[in-house]
Amino acid sequence: MGRRGPALLAVLAVAALAVGCTSTKSGSDQSTGDGKTKIGLVTKTDSNPYFVALREAAKAEAGKKGAELVALAGKFDGDNDGQVSAIENLVSQGAKTILVTPNNSTGILGAIKKARDKGVLVIALDTETDPQNAVDATIATDNTEAGRLQGTYVKAALNGQPARSILLDGTPGSTVSEQRHAGYVEAVQPENLGTEATNGEQNKAQQATENLLQRTTALNSVYTINEPAARGAYEAIKAKGLADKVVIGSIDGSCDGVKAVKNGEIAVTVMQFPKKMAEQGVDFAVEFAKSGKKPSGFIKTDTAVITDKPIAGVDSKDTAWGLENCWG
Amino acid sequence: MTTRVSPSELILRTPAIGPAIALVVAVIVFGLTTDTFLNVDNLSLVVQQSLVIGTLALGQTLVILTAGIDLANASIAVFATLLMAKLAMTGTSGPLALVIGILAAGAIGCVTGGLVTGLRLPPFIVTLGLLTIVTAVSRIYAQGQSFPVTNEVLGWLGTTQYLFGQIEVTYGMAVMLAMYLGFWYALSRTAWGKHVYAVGNDPEAARLSGIHVRRTTLSVYLVAGLVYGIAAWQALGRVPNADPNAFQLGNLDSITAVVIGGTSLFGGRGSVLGTLVGALIVAVLRSGLTQAGIDNLYQDVATGVLVIAAVAVDRFSRGRQR
Amino acid sequence: MSPVLEARGLVKRYGRVIAMDGADFELEAGEVLAVVGDNGAGKSTLIKSLSGAVIPDAGEIYVDGNPVRFHGPLDARRYGIETVYQDLALAPALDIATNLFLGRERKRQDPLGTLFRRLDTKSMRRDARRVLDELGIDVKSMTQLVETLSGGQRQAVAVARAAAFGSKVVIMDEPTAALGVQESAKVLELIARIRDRGLPVVLISHNMPHVFEIADRVHVHRLGRRVAVVSPKTHSMNAVVGLLTGALRMAEDGSIEEVGLTTGLSR
Repeated sequence: MGRRGPALLAVLAVAALAVGCTSTKSGSDQSTGDGKTKIGLVTKTDSNPYFVALREAAKAEAGKKGAELVALAGKFDGDNDGQVSAIENLVSQGAKTILVTPNNSTGILGAIKKARDKGVLVIALDTETDPQNAVDATIATDNTEAGRLQGTYVKAALNGQPARSILLDGTPGSTVSEQRHAGYVEAVQPENLGTEATNGEQNKAQQATENLLQRTTALNSVYTINEPAARGAYEAIKAKGLADKVVIGSIDGSCDGVKAVKNGEIAVTVMQFPKKMAEQGVDFAVEFAKSGKKPSGFIKTDTAVITDKPIAGVDSKDTAWGLENCWG
Repeated sequence: MTTRVSPSELILRTPAIGPAIALVVAVIVFGLTTDTFLNVDNLSLVVQQSLVIGTLALGQTLVILTAGIDLANASIAVFATLLMAKLAMTGTSGPLALVIGILAAGAIGCVTGGLVTGLRLPPFIVTLGLLTIVTAVSRIYAQGQSFPVTNEVLGWLGTTQYLFGQIEVTYGMAVMLAMYLGFWYALSRTAWGKHVYAVGNDPEAARLSGIHVRRTTLSVYLVAGLVYGIAAWQALGRVPNADPNAFQLGNLDSITAVVIGGTSLFGGRGSVLGTLVGALIVAVLRSGLTQAGIDNLYQDVATGVLVIAAVAVDRFSRGRQR
Repeated sequence: MSPVLEARGLVKRYGRVIAMDGADFELEAGEVLAVVGDNGAGKSTLIKSLSGAVIPDAGEIYVDGNPVRFHGPLDARRYGIETVYQDLALAPALDIATNLFLGRERKRQDPLGTLFRRLDTKSMRRDARRVLDELGIDVKSMTQLVETLSGGQRQAVAVARAAAFGSKVVIMDEPTAALGVQESAKVLELIARIRDRGLPVVLISHNMPHVFEIADRVHVHRLGRRVAVVSPKTHSMNAVVGLLTGALRMAEDGSIEEVGLTTGLSR
């Protein structure tokens, strides 16, 4: 590498590290004796707005309660290996509690076990592990129920007509995706005009819908796993001029999603409350650090049906309320 | 202009020296700024976290030395994990499933090499295409599921032993070290190694010197493929779960390790030991920055800066020399 | 005594272009034979046929009077014919010793060598040093990377490689083309030393002064064939230039005569 090379590289490495080490840390300095509880949060990715909301809420709550929170994530949707390393590093660092939204519900088990064996409290947020009791507690939306709620509204909106749906799923193998899909199907019993995986992305959903529409335009309803997928589906359906013949349902409750309901693109969305999940998780962590008390079981966070066209028999809130309580 | 060749310069001419110094500096800095980084357990963990990318990067180094590049390496390894897992699940013995998986990876490597040498297609394009194909085949083969691996042989590399009763080591660490040493020897002390460097540095000169350029290139891709098969074994040792969605960025991560380690993307220059250091640096950064309380997003910035710095420094120092 | 290297009636076509049109060639023992010709005359193709880099469509090649057929550069090397190509065929990122032995590396004699294919780096470096010293080439270390050498030094290394392994003939394609005055002089000295050690040299060159300084005979090539072989002692540079441009031609009796200008037909 030349004579100058090694010296320069060493200097640059130190510089980069120095910059890194003095840049924003999550709300506290990190020497030992200040007694702050360390909490680790490992989300699926750090770019998905849902996890950004989760992360922000967790940090805020940690700040309020005087705890230190380090936020890590997988590198891409489905990255199990990155989450395993993240958990290992958090444990090494001395985190007392780890909040995790697993990319792979079975692949993460080894790392979780190692952490729990060392006395770390592990709580699954938003997505279950498989088996569910591999973690101390799970705080999540009942995704099956969310799917059911979407379906119940869609069915009611069809006013007695038999449901002919296309179904847009998330990432193959995701438990969240499977549960919501199952809930919808249970509530609606639709004639399935096509199912496609979209990874929850708007572009993929638009393409998938366009492809399905090539096969048939006889649909009257669309199940979507989340709002980006719903917006993608809407674009494709609008382009075919079918917008007023099709009821599109979704789940998530992002502010963008609620706006889409307000604009009439999506008929209904089932709101989730990631902020509550995060806050609840942090509170448990703080309690655990103080008293050693561990939470257990499945703790459901709320769901709320958001629509501007309420239907008798389905409890719902309007988009004004939705915009006040949305995330993202 | 002739250069003086002193003992110190001889040391400096090893391309891995720069990254090695950076690694030591990083370890020291993290040791000073956190109280958990220098724990023996943690250091062992860091090495374990570098096993899969480190092995992928070993194969990638060989390919890059011939002035090629392999964008499909991680996808080949993922396919191999699925093959091994499914075979074991349906009754094939562990050792046989392992061997079949590794050979399958080698076979795909052969295909890559054949397309590059036979049809004279650029490696970037060939491996880009293979990346898509192999990923799709993996997804179809896995039907959206991931497969837990319970077979002992397949998970063997994750077995831990304790050196001196204290230091946790896994068989995977020993295997990776052995592989790196083996390839270092082959590249620096055998004729094949010299031929690989010559082919990457100046293929026409190599040809005129009597080297079978196509044969050498093909052998590199084949061997790299087998190495990716072993990376699959390492992955199962770390997480006993074969997952079609895993390591989607593994190709770029392996290239990062190679570049930080001082190997030139233009071929003909570099060393596998540099890549080992590069892979360790990446793992050290992730671990150390986490323990210093720094979020993921800033960690990514640090890694990106380091890659650019490594290439820039290399170009700068090389430019000075001529 | 038969010529060391001989060719009769070599033909090579690349599509519609005729690179060699019945070319002949003889190299006698202990001489430096210069091959001169204008651009496109076909000298390179002729030389590459003799070194195995090009396979002729027709014609015969003889080494020491025996007919041979080369299927690649390695074949010619096996007969002891070594070539220094115009772009040197050295790998810049590798060191001198490695380049010298590139493609013919030596393994150690011990189990490390037989079982583990370990190269005998020490002996190769030693021999490289010896060869360079014998030829009077001044380089500090055999472990220097070739890219750190000057143009003349690189040329010298390439020449040394050919001289070290060549047992019959050394062929050089434009060895002084990229060099300055001083470095060219050194290379010409090198060529003389090689000849004096008993190895005949074939030298392609554009540079008439250099040719006339070092060559024992001059082979003039034009339009894909040999048109004359003259000695620098008996013929002038002008004569040679005239022959290679076609302004002059060699008659049956060996004398030089002018070619008619009006029609360009040589009769």
